Amino acid sequence: MKQTPLTAKHRALGAKMVDYAGFEMPVQYAGVLEEHNTVRTKVGIFDLTHMGEFEVTGPGALNTVNHVTTNDASLLKEGEIQYTCLTKEDGGIIDDILVYRTAGGFWLVVNASNAAKDYAWIEQHLQPETQLKDLSDELTLIAVQGPKSAPLVEEILGLSLTDLKNYTFIEVTYEDVRLLLSRTGYTGEDGFELYFPNALAEKLWDECLAKGEKYGVEPIGLGARDSLRLEARMPLYGNDIGEDTSPLEAGLTRFVKFDKGHFIGRDFLEKQKEEGVQRRLVAFTMIDKGIPRQGYPLVNLEGEEIGAVTSGTHSPTLDHAIGMGYVDVAYAKADTEIQVQVRKKLARAKIIKGRFLA
Amino acid sequence: MSEQLRFTKEHEWLLVKGNIIRVGISDYAQNELGDIVFVDLPSVGDQVEEGEGIAALESVKAVSDVYSPVSGEIVAVNEALEDSPELVNESPLDAGWIVEIEVEGVAQTGDLMNKQEYEAFVKGV
Repeated sequence: MKQTPLTAKHRALGAKMVDYAGFEMPVQYAGVLEEHNTVRTKVGIFDLTHMGEFEVTGPGALNTVNHVTTNDASLLKEGEIQYTCLTKEDGGIIDDILVYRTAGGFWLVVNASNAAKDYAWIEQHLQPETQLKDLSDELTLIAVQGPKSAPLVEEILGLSLTDLKNYTFIEVTYEDVRLLLSRTGYTGEDGFELYFPNALAEKLWDECLAKGEKYGVEPIGLGARDSLRLEARMPLYGNDIGEDTSPLEAGLTRFVKFDKGHFIGRDFLEKQKEEGVQRRLVAFTMIDKGIPRQGYPLVNLEGEEIGAVTSGTHSPTLDHAIGMGYVDVAYAKADTEIQVQVRKKLARAKIIKGRFLA
Repeated sequence: MSEQLRFTKEHEWLLVKGNIIRVGISDYAQNELGDIVFVDLPSVGDQVEEGEGIAALESVKAVSDVYSPVSGEIVAVNEALEDSPELVNESPLDAGWIVEIEVEGVAQTGDLMNKQEYEAFVKGV
């Protein structure tokens, strides 16, 4: 199992450690509920060093990125970020990633569990005059998330973040080292992600905890990361999206740009868009008691199976159960009542539009 | 009180009162599960077989079944858990009990672990 430069810190903080995508990572420190609420009301810090970062440079960099992703990277100005998917010819999602437009090309931030697969795929589809480099082993990633994240990061880095918009990034200097700071996250809260050389990891982590004490900062594990992203209705690769689902089925159509020209999977997705999808990823809240879990059948009010749950939990913020799953399109409209087979019982649920949180 | 408890390798405890057996989960088990947010209880009157799932403990992250350590009839469920599932975390051996099962005859718990044996067992897990 790989470790991050912060593994010793997590152990010292009493974290429960698990194997996640081949890394020994903290799943919880004080407890998932407390950590979840800390990010919603104060500020939390996450070690996300397991995520992968690739650099794409050279005159062919834009062509390569636009060839392997569904969104249009030519729309990005330097300092801007977009969410996008890597898709196969059959429209299946290889990964969902972030693309950063840098001075010299692009940065791709990819899921840990897919990093090796993504690298091989992109390398195989490199366009002429493009260089691809894996930076993952050199970089530490700390996310600072929550309503108090801006004052904390401002204090640590000694700058104002008022002008840093969502999905943009800047380069900043800390201890004479260049860091990349983006206003991004996976929690539904205001937040930042800091990418920097491993040598700074322990110092920056400790500084976040020390300077954040007055804001009630806490370290946050992967358990709360999952419940936070689900409340924010953000899909998780491996649960809600994967190689057997297309971006259109997953409701990610706005990240697929057909007018940019060719990209891998375009032909299939264009056809699927014309014909319409058969199933849709939906979000639902439970009406009856019971918590939906991945794999539980979704059935209509007549008891016929119409899909399956892909993610579910008890929402700590809303204090009731929520979930996501694929259903036959006939049941995808907001306010449609469906049922979840929770072990031996059927529990009613309602499809919702938009986020779970107000 | 906890001296009277008998533990299974599945991290449940039993408290025998004649032919009524109260069942809960151990402190080790609640700690492993994390914050319990919902307890799916059986109904009073349900007949259960040894090894059958009788309740489900839901944490934010996952669901875990509680298996019946005996065969018999559910004669009581801890209704306090419906509104306060966190009792399983806060008081696993007492206020966080889950069900009571009535067995035929006198329950045999001789092959289960006492507290000291269970603590040694957990250290080896």
